[in-house]
Amino acid sequence: MKEKTSFEEDLKKLQKIVEELSGGKITLGESLKKYEEGVRLAQSCSQTLADAQRKVELLMKKDGKFDLGKFDDSGTEEEK
Amino acid sequence: MQKINRLENHGLPSGRQTHKHIYTVSEITQVIKGLLEQNVGELWIEGEVSNFKSASSGHFYFSLKDQGALIAAAMFAYANKGLKFKLEDGLKVICFGKIDVYGPRGQYQIIVERVEPKGIGSRQLAFEQLKKKLEQEGLFDLKHKKALPLMPFSVGLVTSIRGAAVRDILQILKKGAPCVDVLIRSVRVQGEQASAEIAAAVEDLNYFGKSDLIIVSRGGGSTEDLWPFNEEIVARAIYNSGLPVISAVGHQINTTLADLAADVFVETPTAAAKIIVDKKNSLIAELAGARHELDFSVTELTSGLKNRLTGLTHTLKSPAERLLEKQQFLDELFSGLNYNMRHTLELAGERSSSLIERLGTLSPLSILSRGYSLSMLMPQGAIVKEAGQIKPGDKLKTVLHKGAFISLVQEVIRDERKNVV
Repeated sequence: MKEKTSFEEDLKKLQKIVEELSGGKITLGESLKKYEEGVRLAQSCSQTLADAQRKVELLMKKDGKFDLGKFDDSGTEEEK
Repeated sequence: MQKINRLENHGLPSGRQTHKHIYTVSEITQVIKGLLEQNVGELWIEGEVSNFKSASSGHFYFSLKDQGALIAAAMFAYANKGLKFKLEDGLKVICFGKIDVYGPRGQYQIIVERVEPKGIGSRQLAFEQLKKKLEQEGLFDLKHKKALPLMPFSVGLVTSIRGAAVRDILQILKKGAPCVDVLIRSVRVQGEQASAEIAAAVEDLNYFGKSDLIIVSRGGGSTEDLWPFNEEIVARAIYNSGLPVISAVGHQINTTLADLAADVFVETPTAAAKIIVDKKNSLIAELAGARHELDFSVTELTSGLKNRLTGLTHTLKSPAERLLEKQQFLDELFSGLNYNMRHTLELAGERSSSLIERLGTLSPLSILSRGYSLSMLMPQGAIVKEAGQIKPGDKLKTVLHKGAFISLVQEVIRDERKNVV
């Protein structure tokens, strides 16, 4: 499972940084630090979205217990 | 008369000619009952329901009426058990049943075996009634709608793994948003068991966690096929879901109760998957925008700082410039001063030389050039102006125009004029 909470948090942080920077009310040193962090956040968020390692699983329930099974979605291309 | 004859025909006690027959209430009720049941019997009847009561025994009691008449009706529990819709006052119905006489009340009534709403399928009516009920309960209220997450990285999918919906959704997510995991809880999506399975699957995905939202879906089908999505149990499970639910029951125009209870509903499974792809794409665009803004801000900031720096350098330079200005001013003052001095000096020089010239003309020495001479008594050097100053034997120095001589006085002549004359 992806760290979606960190994604949302990162995105919020990024938005805040963009706001702060465009507000232009911070010192040069600070803003360079913010800029670096902003670039890092944007990159990590983009990477999370660009990730192509998806999982498709089946959630099964037997006698009240959950079990995860593989689901082969290779046939979901065009076939059938 | 006719009635009496009919009674005779029914083989009731005869002999009216000989003696009067007196019926008991029960007897005549039996007669009436027999007459009605035999002559009317089973029938279809159309009317409006009124005075509807559902007794604790499970039996229904109501009246059927039209503009001109009213008939009591009873629908016993065994008959109304399978009824899909709710009987209620004002409902226009078509009933099948038989006329019956209820002796204890002296009342005839129709015992209803089947009832159908008039002009609308019973299933449709059931749907309308359930919809109204859930609506009144607030299950479809906008205020209960949950927002979809910013980006659902994990989607719980309630559908049949044998259906078209799962294929459509997985294909679109794979192509458009391969960062999204899918957790499928496979259920039957049509038939008797379907609604309970769908409802349970929604609960299971909530319980299991790990999903950001749930898609409840099936591909297109007949109204009949889609019916499980109109069941109360499904609508309630969706309403009670802690995770946001997208309902995507593929069909034409009809809206299922699942759709109404869901936080978002779309017409097809494909559209549900596209919501997620769109979210991803708009986030990518937003991130690119943020990157751009970051760069822009920093460029702005640095160029702004550069400008300020230039400005500052400017202000820093200006005292030096001012110094130069001062120096220049000073230089100017100096040169002015020099000029003035020179001028003054020159003037003074001119004046003094003319004075000197004038002095020259006034000098006794210049008189000497005209032939006069000057005598001084030596050694004191006092200029001799009158004869009384000297006596014979004194040494005199006489200065001429050119040169001088020393002489000794021989004689002193007091009266100059005598001598001259």
